Amino acid sequence: MIREKGLGERLSVNSTSDLAAPRGVLPLEIDSLVKHFGPVIAVDGISLELRSGECLGLLGPNGAGKSTLIRAIVGRVIPDAGRVAIFGSAAGSASARAALGWVPQDLALYPRLSATENLRSFGSYYGLTGKKLEEAVAWCLDWAALQDRAGELTRNLSGGMKRRLNMAAGLIHQPRLVLMDEPTVGVDPQSRNRIFEMIEALRAQGMTIIYTTHYMEEAERLCDRIAIVDHGRIIALDTKEALVHSAFGSRSQVLARFEGPRERISEWVAERGGRLVDGTAEFTVKHPTEIAGLLDGANAAGLELVDLSLRRPNLESVFLHLTGRELRD
Amino acid sequence: MIFPIVRTALVALRRDRVSLVLSFVVPIAFFSIFAVIFGGQHDTVPRVKVIVVDEDQSRASQQLVKGLESDGSLVVTTRPAPTKSQSAPSDYTAATAEAAVKAGDVSVALIVPHGFGDHPFSFGGGSNSGKSGPAIELLNDASDMIAPQMVGGLLQKAAMTAMPVAMAEQGMKYTDQYIGGFTPEQRKLMKDNLDRYRKIESQQVSDGSGAAAKSSSQGGFGGGLITVHTRSVVGENKKSPMVAFYAAAIGVMFLLFTASGSAGALLDEAESGALDRVLSSRINMTGLLAGKLVFNILLAFTQLTVMFLWAWAVFKLDFFSHIPGFVVMGLCTAFAVAAFGMLLASICRTRAQLGALSTLFILVMSAIGGSMFPRFLMPEAMQKAGLWTINAWAIDGFTKVFWRDLPVTALWQQVSVLLAIGIVLFAVARRIARRWEYA
Repeated sequence: MIREKGLGERLSVNSTSDLAAPRGVLPLEIDSLVKHFGPVIAVDGISLELRSGECLGLLGPNGAGKSTLIRAIVGRVIPDAGRVAIFGSAAGSASARAALGWVPQDLALYPRLSATENLRSFGSYYGLTGKKLEEAVAWCLDWAALQDRAGELTRNLSGGMKRRLNMAAGLIHQPRLVLMDEPTVGVDPQSRNRIFEMIEALRAQGMTIIYTTHYMEEAERLCDRIAIVDHGRIIALDTKEALVHSAFGSRSQVLARFEGPRERISEWVAERGGRLVDGTAEFTVKHPTEIAGLLDGANAAGLELVDLSLRRPNLESVFLHLTGRELRD
Repeated sequence: MIFPIVRTALVALRRDRVSLVLSFVVPIAFFSIFAVIFGGQHDTVPRVKVIVVDEDQSRASQQLVKGLESDGSLVVTTRPAPTKSQSAPSDYTAATAEAAVKAGDVSVALIVPHGFGDHPFSFGGGSNSGKSGPAIELLNDASDMIAPQMVGGLLQKAAMTAMPVAMAEQGMKYTDQYIGGFTPEQRKLMKDNLDRYRKIESQQVSDGSGAAAKSSSQGGFGGGLITVHTRSVVGENKKSPMVAFYAAAIGVMFLLFTASGSAGALLDEAESGALDRVLSSRINMTGLLAGKLVFNILLAFTQLTVMFLWAWAVFKLDFFSHIPGFVVMGLCTAFAVAAFGMLLASICRTRAQLGALSTLFILVMSAIGGSMFPRFLMPEAMQKAGLWTINAWAIDGFTKVFWRDLPVTALWQQVSVLLAIGIVLFAVARRIARRWEYA
């Protein structure tokens, strides 16, 4: 269990930085951002605002433009049009860099340095020195539950520990806005839970977070609002409940599995306005009473029902509905 | 079953440019370099540069100088090359010629002394011929063991071919002065001398080196027709003549390898994402590259120091008397080498590319820059090509310090060139590194 100490100590470490944004200045403002790479439009006019203390989930299939958007926020991509401001400062400026913490998807660490040495290095790159640096390192080790392995070479740490150290290195300078790019990639369920606890500890302290992931359950658990990006645009932005409601209203989903020739199942599902996902037929119904009609139809088509369930649409349903693709495609 | 494996390996090799370069380009480049150095190109056989100071200005001495000048194996100079400040420099003197040898401008200087023309020849090596003129002085740099041997031999050849009148006159003088007519005893003496001369002639024909080859083993050329006193003006008191040269030569080559390997950390960081993370902090690309450059300079300088300390401890190199020169040359060399490494790393996309490119560049630079084979033994064109390498300037500088015992001020040329190389290479590396900065 991650200890949730830290806020008080953390604020005492970072006397110049306050987690709360100055009144009226948003942690992140993106206005009509456009970025081309040759003929490819990676970001096509994205506008987005992030509120103080909010955790925004950024979802989108591969190639949707998420990475370019993230790199533009970090200041590593120069937009063709539009602007990105972090606490009112242009992305990439000295004050924006100081206010933003970035946890990249890659394990951006020095493998031959220990956990402590990595944190010291990245802390010093942000100008931390002396007691402030040592306090920040100690806080990060504590937050990432790595005190016991502080002197271990990074290359010898387990995958989950490396991930936690990678996150800690992004917070070493005590930023006010943190950008986490798929921080749970490649970790086992136990390590993932530990990372969730770390993020929830930050949320409890009022940290503003942007969180990208390919796992719907992570976004549902951690994020206040979800932005779905596809083809370089934000195609939906709201709370999970609002997104589901706007996509499905009060309708429910019926999931059914049949036995029979695959072509016949596929044709019949299409005729009834459903779709086949991994061998399971999905239908949207307004009332559960519509299920009887579906079953009669299947019977008439010569399909044998194996399994049937009714569920409320979730974020994955919304994503499929909006993009026509699975999140992990 | 074998064919599919061969085909797969062939396709893989065709797509592995690094292996292709190492397999075909590097060996061909090396073969070509060493073919040129060791005489594959006959029109660029090395010629020995020699300064000749004719203090005598007699007919005999002028004939001798003319004979040396007409020899295709020598480049004879009697006065320094004109400069902007001095468009018509005066002839070398014994002192300025010695200074030129000490400075490494030439490996050999010949001083033809006053009175040489009175008795140019000393049949019998000058030891038993009664009167003989003053000996020609051959000043040499002991690091070049070939040039003085060659010049000594060619001097005797020039005496044989270019001074027939002088030889006859000298013979007449001997006849008049010592013989006074041809008595039977005198005829015998003359016959003895002629026999000896014929012997020398036949020796010259048979081994091509003439009297010098025989006399060289005695430490001079006193046994020839012309008496020559050899004096090493550089390195005569050195315990291990070539240690300083090889410490610098091998040191610089491995410095280049170390620097490019160390600079390759940049590629590792780019691949792992650490570079992006660093550049998203307060550090910009110029600061990052400067930091890496400083580290690589310190690494290279430490490596050089260890190398020279080893040479001091094991090979008796006089290290501690040359600390200022070593520090100046060491730092300048380390700077140029570190910048070279940064440039290679910024050009390459992967570690594998860097490995292939650095191997190719460093081995070629080391071969033509004198790290593998002394430049003064190379053809002139190759010596000039060597000036485009870091190795050549570094080795020249360290040789000035440890071999010629020259002061730090004498290193200005090497220091300027190495600093300029370092600045230019780093500036280019910085420009190329923009690809990592922003998309």
